[in-house]
Amino acid sequence: MTLSKPQKVFIFICLVTLFSLYIILPAKIFDLQIPRINFKIGSLDLSKEIELKQGLDIKGGLQVTLTADMKEIEAGDRSTALESVKTVIGRRIDLFGVSESGVKTAVSGNDYRLILELPGVTDPQQALDLIGQTAKMEFALPVFTPGKTATEEATLTGFTPTDLTGADLARASVTFETDDRSPAVAISFKESGKTKFAKLTKENIGKPIAILLDGYPVTMPTVQVEIIDGNAQITGSFTVDEAKALSVQLNAGALPVPVSVLSQKNIPATLGADSIRKSITAGAIGLSMVIVFMIGNYGWMGFIASIGLVLYGIFTLALYKLIPVVLSLPGIAGFLLSVGMAVDSNILIFERYKEEIRSGRTWTVGLELAFGRAWDSIKDANTATIITGFILFNPLDWNFLNTSGAVRGFALTLILGILISLFTGIVVTRNLLRLFYKGKTLEIKNKK
Amino acid sequence: MNWMKHLYIYFLISALIIVPGIYSLARYGFKPSIEFTGGTRLTVENVKSTPDTVLQSFKDYTPSLEDSSKNSVTLKTKNISQETAQKAIDTIKKDNPEIKIAGFETIGAALGKETIRKTLFALVIASVMLLLYISFAFKKVKYGVCAVIAMLHDSLVLLGSFSLLGHFYGVEIDLLFVTAVLTILSFSTHDTIVVYDRIRELSHKNKGENYTNLINRAVTETMVRSLNNSLTIIFMLIALFLIGGETTKYFSLALLIGTITGTYSSTFTAAPLLIVWEKIFGKK
Repeated sequence: MTLSKPQKVFIFICLVTLFSLYIILPAKIFDLQIPRINFKIGSLDLSKEIELKQGLDIKGGLQVTLTADMKEIEAGDRSTALESVKTVIGRRIDLFGVSESGVKTAVSGNDYRLILELPGVTDPQQALDLIGQTAKMEFALPVFTPGKTATEEATLTGFTPTDLTGADLARASVTFETDDRSPAVAISFKESGKTKFAKLTKENIGKPIAILLDGYPVTMPTVQVEIIDGNAQITGSFTVDEAKALSVQLNAGALPVPVSVLSQKNIPATLGADSIRKSITAGAIGLSMVIVFMIGNYGWMGFIASIGLVLYGIFTLALYKLIPVVLSLPGIAGFLLSVGMAVDSNILIFERYKEEIRSGRTWTVGLELAFGRAWDSIKDANTATIITGFILFNPLDWNFLNTSGAVRGFALTLILGILISLFTGIVVTRNLLRLFYKGKTLEIKNKK
Repeated sequence: MNWMKHLYIYFLISALIIVPGIYSLARYGFKPSIEFTGGTRLTVENVKSTPDTVLQSFKDYTPSLEDSSKNSVTLKTKNISQETAQKAIDTIKKDNPEIKIAGFETIGAALGKETIRKTLFALVIASVMLLLYISFAFKKVKYGVCAVIAMLHDSLVLLGSFSLLGHFYGVEIDLLFVTAVLTILSFSTHDTIVVYDRIRELSHKNKGENYTNLINRAVTETMVRSLNNSLTIIFMLIALFLIGGETTKYFSLALLIGTITGTYSSTFTAAPLLIVWEKIFGKK
């Protein structure tokens, strides 16, 4: 049996729909367990239920923009310093046990900023107190308690502080050893640190020295020789990335950057839940009105377009979960707006079809002509919307354009909405019409 | 139908709406949210005293009352930290033992200025890009220019109405409003392009026909589609405006106003502008 082209496309659409339904439905509906496929594509695990990522404004939490005070830092070192602060603050947030938290850096002119998102934080003041501290680095001597038996290894039980601190450190950088070109980290001390470091190394040859950041050991190299000139190298079997990471952490102590709150927003979780429920109700009512309107206006054709519209909703949700798109309130508004726009291509086509019928064409020819001719306007009109969408989304992270998460969320859902609606409005509806629509051909030719 | 006979009436209608808006913009400007001015907005809950008492406790930080319901008060102050705010409400703790800060939002003034600058950039870039794209797609500059004028017409209506809403109802302009304006820019051109596209198609088919007649036919043929399409979007937006959450309420309203003017302008501003253009620059 050979299938016609519309039939093949129809099967394809059915498959895509089934796959999308599989993605969006929860693993368990009441008592019905949906069998999961054991299949993985990259990091995507299809055997598990995929969650819809919710933005901070829905989930509730704390959003903070911190500004880093770079007065003390030389211009050339500022971006390194910002990276160091990010690492330090990132670790502090991890201590807080916040899942899905995020730290982003943003440089705008002479302003160096960190944008933090901490979902689910209930005591913002406490969180801010912890996060806002300036990183403190100390050099300390590890204290080992010997094991109880001779075979048991000694365990690290604490640190004895020394007079050497991060303030004595000038900078750390990645370097390569002369003999085998393996990556290492070079550290150099300021005048104030040279003698302290010389004394420390002299007294501890063959023993480890710990470098603590915020009280946590960053590294614990063993002293080989006494170092008088304040220039040392930390070697080990580092990869280049490891060496880079270590130098960033050491710089956080060497270049302490105080941070202060530039903007802060606490979002109570209940507000988000309430808003999302209202938006969904609004969306459902709006959608049913659109469907009633389409069927009332275009009859059976409108009904097929409505199926296209429902498929549009299913595909979009599945894509949100797959990409994943972080859903925020403006994002939901963007989605609902694009539903309204999604019907536009169908209306254009159907109006065109009516015209073709009126000018005396048979319904089959009329249908194909309508799709072909409406395409020009659909293409130009949607390109215009996508252009604006891209300016809002600012994909290249241009500094002079908006980088606000809310605006970007809206833009992303709008762009996705238009692309998917082109697919459902043109490919899906067209094939459904070819297969399931029987039109009438006007017998008497209308002349205008 | 000879729509274009009443061309100047359409411009007059536009003027009747835009002029009060421009007057309001010049006279009252906008009521910017703290996203633009910098400042702090906070909501305190479990308030037993009057909202005035709460306001009084913030007297050092230029407070203004935003909203108050049975036991929660929302107020705006200049840019302060949450610690400072906590200290302020601690002073009235005696009368309100359970009082606490429920929502807190603070934005530095520098950030606000930056947002305004970035928004203006986005507006300019969007206009230029759309002008270029339409001129290119239709191979004539007049389509690009007229579509962008119609687009600016729509933005003016929207900006003007929010200036009026701000003055009379205290509606604020925030980042979402900016998003709405940019969305309306694209919707407006979207709609205009559909009309222009029909004009282009007809002028290919009927070479030598009177330009005004062509436009009349194009407008008649696209009218139903324009209305139907806008209606579906308007259904969505009305639902969002009436029952959607508080956060997106004025966002939906802005989009609603924009959609209505966008639909009007593509037929009654963008199309007549082409005739005006022909009269001025057209070949004799």
